[in-house]
Amino acid sequence: MTMPLLELRQITVSFDGFLALRDLNLNLKPGELRAVIGPNGAGKTTFLDVITGKTTPSEGDVMFKGRSLLGTREHRIARLGIGRKFQSPRVFEKLSVQENLALAVSCPKQPWSLLVGGLNGNQRDQVYHLMSIVNLQNRADWAAGSLSHGQKQWLEIAMLVGQDPDLLLVDEPVAGLTDEETDLTADLLKSLAGDHTVLVIEHDMEFIRRLESPVTVLHQGHVLCEGTMDQVQADPRVIEVYLGTTEENNG
Amino acid sequence: MFESFTTRTKQRFCWPQLLLWVVVIAVIVAAPVVLPVFRLNLLGRFLSLAIVALGIDLIWGFTGLLSLGQGIFFAVGGYAAAMYLQLNSSEGQPNGIPEFFSLYGVDRLPFFWEPFHNPVFTLIAIWFVPALLAAVLGNMVFRNRIKGVYFSILTQAALLVFFNFFNGQQKLINGTNGLKTDVTQLFGQMIGSPEMQRGFFWLTCLMVFLTWFFVRWVVRGRFGDVLIAIRDDEPRLRFTGFNPTLFKTIVFAIAGGLAGIGGALFTVQSGIVSPQYMAVPFSIEMVIWVAVGGRGTLVGAIFGAVAIMYTKSLVSEAWPQGWLFIQGGLFILVVTALPEGVIGWLKSDGPRNLLSRIGFVRPIGTYPQLEMDGQDEVQT
Ligand SMILES: Nc1ncnc2c1ncn2[C@@H]1O[C@H](COP(=O)(O)OP(=O)(O)OP(=O)(O)O)[C@@H](O)[C@H]1O
Ligand SMILES: [Mg+2]
Repeated sequence: MTMPLLELRQITVSFDGFLALRDLNLNLKPGELRAVIGPNGAGKTTFLDVITGKTTPSEGDVMFKGRSLLGTREHRIARLGIGRKFQSPRVFEKLSVQENLALAVSCPKQPWSLLVGGLNGNQRDQVYHLMSIVNLQNRADWAAGSLSHGQKQWLEIAMLVGQDPDLLLVDEPVAGLTDEETDLTADLLKSLAGDHTVLVIEHDMEFIRRLESPVTVLHQGHVLCEGTMDQVQADPRVIEVYLGTTEENNG
Repeated sequence: MFESFTTRTKQRFCWPQLLLWVVVIAVIVAAPVVLPVFRLNLLGRFLSLAIVALGIDLIWGFTGLLSLGQGIFFAVGGYAAAMYLQLNSSEGQPNGIPEFFSLYGVDRLPFFWEPFHNPVFTLIAIWFVPALLAAVLGNMVFRNRIKGVYFSILTQAALLVFFNFFNGQQKLINGTNGLKTDVTQLFGQMIGSPEMQRGFFWLTCLMVFLTWFFVRWVVRGRFGDVLIAIRDDEPRLRFTGFNPTLFKTIVFAIAGGLAGIGGALFTVQSGIVSPQYMAVPFSIEMVIWVAVGGRGTLVGAIFGAVAIMYTKSLVSEAWPQGWLFIQGGLFILVVTALPEGVIGWLKSDGPRNLLSRIGFVRPIGTYPQLEMDGQDEVQT
């Protein structure tokens, strides 16, 4: 068995005594595509906060490529190869679409190299390519703040891809997207898996199904079960805490 | 498409800017001829304040760091220049050290004065010492992720500490009295002489231009984009792999260095440097220049500093108590009506909007953006 790319060991996060995560264990293999679902407040975003260094767990350890991430600052974790898309889209509103993407693809991200030179040819092509993937090439010079919600979602996904991390953490990428855009996003994430490891958090079950990936269900800060979408949906515990309401709606 | 990589959202070229530069150059060329020495000297001093304002624009307008303590770096630059000039003119004095020392019974030069015998060291120290000080102070604050209003309060607290310290050190730097420069010598000439002052005026003009050019270079391109990103959403930037602490420390140091240069030029044209340069109201005024001129527009910072200070001196001559009211009014005007400052307002088609509101010009029917929207719809 190959070494996991990411390993969460018995993570516990406590906010003033409230346990947002309880004894959470999770492994991601290199190249894997994994979906994480769970009711509101299950701790999904918190668990991304722990991986990316925003929140320090009170117990447990996070291993990435065999080294612990605890105590590493956010920008260093990002440079190690972990990229993140936030739940509500966060782009740099006063910068144009191009400038947002240019920052994402910049490498190295040191002051001096940003000061003295522009993007090299490859990076420019990359920016242009990303804009065409997310259909923003006509908005290249627009301030990101003037984009629609869906366009911001896509811009942030494009920035994440442009950062070229080994591990992509994607928090609710299709909230506010049209059905067509949702399908395109699913295809994009599927195409990234293999070369990259992708973890997707989403409430949209149709979208998750389309990813055709293993699903982890989170409930009250704990992994409730793992399996394929069909297995998970058939699990009585899951039906009870989460999908029960959905089935009622569907039925 | 890529040629316009950074032009659209920031440094857009437009006619008010061109017009302003024409006016500025005309004024600089004409000033020494038409202005009496007294007025020319005032203009030179205000132009050195414009250098400080450019630094504030860099850290506040672009990076979102509102420093109320730029007076520290301004004064340190001024003291560096004054110390050299005092040493340079103290050969005839008892013990060969500046005259004021004898008032306090000091007969040996304090150690930190020694390197200021050297003009090259002094020219470097004028910007390097304030920049280093800013880097150290800034890094302590930024590393601990102190932001926003807490940063502003800390900078003001630091200003007070320096103000009180300098005031109390008679034996080191003549305390409250400060260091005089107008009767000191440089190149065998009196600093306060009209010829020297005219020379400093030209030097200041040159430095304003170089500073403007330098800051423009810093804020253009991706480095400037990172600064704007820090202002917009600093935590987000970390997750993209940038270290905001480093960038903030660098720009704060640059602003400190610029304040030092401005302080040195201001000192030689005022004839004295004293702890009053670190008075709290003065550092707040510096911020107002930038706010009125226009945050994030470099020309606005220069314009704000010179125009406000020149108006202030004219008003104060005619009506000594009046300036405070006008300054307060200006501040309210900017907060309520012109959040982007005068130059920002000019750039954002403010005059046209105003005229159309009064009824002089017909408003534009559609925005160009809406037309682009239409084109996209056709394409997809
Ligand atoms: N900084 C914080 N301080 C206190 N409580 C917090 C904090 N962040 C999150 N929580 C709590 O932790 C729990 C988990 O929150 P989290 O945002 O991880 O949920 P989530 O699974 O992402 O939910 P959603 O699907 O609504 O995004 C919630 O009950 C939330 O109120
Ligand atoms: Mg969440």
